[in-house]
Amino acid sequence: MKAAVLVFPGINRERDMARTLRLTSGREPAMVWHTEHDLPAGTDLVVVPGGFSYGDYLRCGAIAARSPVMDAVRKFAAGGGLVLGVCNGFQILCESGLLPGVLMRNENLRFICRDVFLKVERSDTPFTRGYNAGQVVRVPVAHGEGNYIADGETIARLEGDGRVIFRYCGPDGMIDPDWNHNGALNAIAGIVNDGGNVLGMMPHPENHVEADIGSTDGRGLFAGLAEALKKAA
Amino acid sequence: MLANDVKITPELVAEHGLKPDEYQRILDLIGREPTLTELGIFSAMWNEHCSYKSSKVHLRGLPTKAPWVIQGPGENAGVIDIGDGLACVFKMESHNHPSYIEPYQGAATGVGGILRDVFTMGARPIACLNALSFGAPEHPKTRHLVSGVVAGIGGYGNSFGVPTVAGSVRFHKRYDGNILVNAMAVGLAETDKIFYAAASGVGMPIVYLGSKTGRDGIHGASMASAEFDDNSEEKRPTVQVGDPFSEKLLLEACLEIMAKDCVIAIQDMGAAGLTSSATEMGAKGNLGVTLDLDKVPCREEGMSAYEMMLSESQERMLMVLKPDKEKEAEAIFRKWGLDFAVVGETTPSMRFIVKHHGQVMVDLPIKELGDSAPEYKRPFVSLEKPAPIDAGAIEPPGSIADALERLVATPDLCSKRWVWEQYDHIIGGNTVQRPGGDAAVVRVLDGPKGLALTTDVTPRYCEANPFEGGKQAVAECWRNLTAVGATPLAITDNLNFGNPERPEIMGQFVGCVRGIAEACKALDFPVVSGNVSLYNETNGKAILPTPSIGGVGVIADFKKSASLAFKKEGEAILVVGETTGWLGQSIYLREICAREEGAPPPVDLIEERENGEFVRSLILDGAATAAHDLSDGGLLVALAEMAMASGIGAKLDAAPDDIPGHAYWFGEDQARYIVTVPAQAVELVMARARKASVLVSRIGTTGGAAVAIDGQRALAVPDLNERSEGWLPGYMAGRD
Repeated sequence: MKAAVLVFPGINRERDMARTLRLTSGREPAMVWHTEHDLPAGTDLVVVPGGFSYGDYLRCGAIAARSPVMDAVRKFAAGGGLVLGVCNGFQILCESGLLPGVLMRNENLRFICRDVFLKVERSDTPFTRGYNAGQVVRVPVAHGEGNYIADGETIARLEGDGRVIFRYCGPDGMIDPDWNHNGALNAIAGIVNDGGNVLGMMPHPENHVEADIGSTDGRGLFAGLAEALKKAA
Repeated sequence: MLANDVKITPELVAEHGLKPDEYQRILDLIGREPTLTELGIFSAMWNEHCSYKSSKVHLRGLPTKAPWVIQGPGENAGVIDIGDGLACVFKMESHNHPSYIEPYQGAATGVGGILRDVFTMGARPIACLNALSFGAPEHPKTRHLVSGVVAGIGGYGNSFGVPTVAGSVRFHKRYDGNILVNAMAVGLAETDKIFYAAASGVGMPIVYLGSKTGRDGIHGASMASAEFDDNSEEKRPTVQVGDPFSEKLLLEACLEIMAKDCVIAIQDMGAAGLTSSATEMGAKGNLGVTLDLDKVPCREEGMSAYEMMLSESQERMLMVLKPDKEKEAEAIFRKWGLDFAVVGETTPSMRFIVKHHGQVMVDLPIKELGDSAPEYKRPFVSLEKPAPIDAGAIEPPGSIADALERLVATPDLCSKRWVWEQYDHIIGGNTVQRPGGDAAVVRVLDGPKGLALTTDVTPRYCEANPFEGGKQAVAECWRNLTAVGATPLAITDNLNFGNPERPEIMGQFVGCVRGIAEACKALDFPVVSGNVSLYNETNGKAILPTPSIGGVGVIADFKKSASLAFKKEGEAILVVGETTGWLGQSIYLREICAREEGAPPPVDLIEERENGEFVRSLILDGAATAAHDLSDGGLLVALAEMAMASGIGAKLDAAPDDIPGHAYWFGEDQARYIVTVPAQAVELVMARARKASVLVSRIGTTGGAAVAIDGQRALAVPDLNERSEGWLPGYMAGRD
C-alpha cells in the first residue's frame, strides 16, 4: 500500500489516519499538502481524512474541494485509483463531485460523538473485503453534519446499483430510526461512486483499530484495502 | 510630557475600574498624568483578573514544588515531568462572565484561550476538560446557557481537534446570575523543548503572529473583574469571537517554527492582549520593549492606539525570534496563511514604549507596570461553621430503593451523556477511558504510559466550611486519579469566588486556599498553575465558593488502568475506608429532604493517602477488577453507577445495625472507594488490608440484573439507566 493522506488547513484527523495506515499496512503514508498539483509517484490509495477543513466555513468541504490537489485526485479516481474519504473527507468528495449527494446538519442540530453500529452491505468491494456481507461493526462517529441526502433519482440509482456500502443499524443489524443518530436518508453511512473505487463514509473506522482503545472493528476496512492493493500490485 | 488630547478626569478613571488611591499610585509611579492609552494599559494590567491583587498574598501559601515540577505558577501553564523525556503542560482558566453574557462565544473563547496557553509553551494539546456550574434548572435562563456553553466548548475543541475527555456539570440556584465555565487544557512536550515568555537579547525583533486585531474584547479583563448587575447584557460587545480554524493553523505554525529552533520567547495574547503579552515578555527578561502600532495587522480601519493595546481579539501570539531565523519563520507562517509582522524590538531601556503614527503614545517603566500593581490584604472574616448533624435526626426516605431511584435522576447525579456526546472525545486515537468515569485516561504517544485527568470540587462543602471544602476538593481529585490506578502528580486550580471586598467572601477564599494548601502538602500534589476569578456576583448575590481543581496523574501502563464498570458476575464487592453515615451537606439531604445544612464530611488526609495507596496497589497488580471513588450520593449511588456502566447488578447485604440505613447508603464519608475482586481473592485482599492498616469490608456480590439490597425492593439496572439517562435530554427538550 502506498497511501497518500491529503492535508488541508483545518483538517485534524490526519494523524489518526496516518497512524492507522501505518499500523494496518506497516507502511508510513505520504502526507500531501493541499497546494500540490500531483500525487506522489506510485500512489495507490488516496485518503481524505476527517476534520474541519477551512473551519467548515462557507459549507463543509466546499473550499477544500476546490484545492489544487483535488484536481490530481479527480484524475487519479478517473483512472480507477482507490479514494477513501472519511467524515470531512466524505463531505469534500461530495463537494468535489466525486460522489453524489450532500451531508446536511444532524437531525437534532447538535454535534454527536459516540459509537454507532454499521451494517456492511457488501463485502465484494476493495474497501470491505475484510468484512462479511451483513456483518455489524461498532465504530465511532464525530460530526455535526453527517445527515446524508440526495434527490430521489440519485438515491434510487445508489440503491439499485448496490452502492450503499454502510448503513447505520442497531446492534443486531436491524435498520431502525432509533439507531440512525443523524437522520441520514435510508440510514446511509457510506457510499461508493459508480466505478466502485471512491468510498465516502461519515464514521471513523480509523479510531477503532486497537483492542485497548475502543475496539478493532475498524481494522477490517484497512486490512482489506492493504490486501486488495497487494493483490493488484 | 506626552501628547494627551483627552483630559483624565476622576470619572474617566472610575470608568476604567481604577480606585482613586490606585490612580494616585499611577501618578506617583510615573510622575505625570497618564495619556488615555496609558490609563487603559494600567486599567488592563491592574484589574483583578490580571494582577491577582486581592489573592496574591494568599496564593503564596500554596505548595508549588516537587522533584517532578519543571515549571510552577507564573508562566502560561504549569509543566511537570512525566518521565521518558516527556513533560505534561496544563492549566485551567475561567471564562465565567463572557459565558453568561454570550454563552457560545464565551465558552468557545475560554477553550481557545487555555489551548493557546498550552501550545505557547511548545506542547501539542492532547486533551481538554471542563468544570461547569449552572443556575437552578427551573431558572428561565439555565436551559439557554447550558445549550450555548456546551455547544461553544464543543464547537471550539472539535474544530481545533483536541479530545474533550472529562469534566463536571452541576446546577444550583446560587449560579443563577453568574454561571461558571472553567476550561482546562493538557499538552505534551519534550522536557528540553519547553518555551517561555522571557525575552532575551537587546534589539531582537518582536513578531506579531496569528489573526488580525479588531475592536472585539476591549476591556474584557476589566469586565471579568467587576460584579454583574441587571445591565450586564449591554456588555456583550466586550465578549470576543472565537475562530478555532485560525487557532488550529496557529498551533501547527507555532509547533513547526519551534521545531526549527527559531523562537527565543513566546507569549500568547490573552487577557489584555498586546499590552500584557508585550510587557510580560520584556519584564520577565529584564528588557524594555518598543512597539510600533503602524505595523500591527488590523481588521478594521482607523483603530486608535488605545483600541489596539486593549483589544482581546483571539488567536494572536507575540514572539521574539532569533534574528537569523526570521525569514524561515515567516515562510512557515505564510504557508499556514497567517499574519506575520515585525511590530517592535527589545531594548536595554527597561521602558515600555508604544508609537503610533510617529508619535509616542505610551512611555512607562516596564517592570513596575506589573510589579507595582496594587496588592491588597483585604479584611476577611470566617463565618460560624454549621455544627454536624446527627444522622438519626434526618428523616429516612419512604424506602432506600425509592430514594435511589430519585437520586440517580437528579440534575447533579444523572448521566451527563447529553453534554459529552457533543464533544469529540476520541480524536487523537488515544482515549482509553472516555467521559463518565472517575477520571479520563489518555494514552501518551504510542503508550504504554497513560495520563489520568479529572476536575473536581464540591461547592456546598466549601460554603459550609471553606477549609474542609478546600481540602476535600483536592482530596477528591486525588482520589479520582487513584481510582483509575494513576499516581496523582500535580494540580491546576481555578478559584471562583464572589466579591473580595466583602470580608465574608474573602473569608471563604482564604479558608479554601488554606484547605487546598494543606491537602496538597499532605498528598504531595503541588499546584503548578491556576487562575483566580473573583466578583462572581449579580446584584450582590455571590456564587457558592467554587475552587475547581484539575488534576493530572500518570500510569506506567494504560492497560492496567481500572474503570468503574463491574466486570463479571459473582465477584466480591468491597468498600475501602470507614463508613460512619455522614449526611451533613449530602446530596441526600439536599435532594430528598430539601435541606442544605450541617457540617460537611471532614477529610482525614492521612487516611486518604493510606486508603488511596492501597487501592492503587490493588489496581496495578491486577487484584481489583473495577474501582470507583465514593463521593456525591455515597455508597449506593456509586454502586448503581458501577451497575449501570456494566449492565451487571449487585446483591448487597443490609446496612449494619449501628447506622441508620439511609445514612449508611447515602452518607458521604470521605477517603472511600468501592473495588471488586474475584471471590476467591477476598481473603488475600483482606489480609493485605490488615497489613496496611486499611479498613476494608465486603458488602455484597456482583450479579443478576438488579441492584438488590437484602430485604429491600430490587431495582432493575435498565430502569436505573433509563432514569439516569433520561433527565438531562428531557430537561433540554423542555420536558420538566
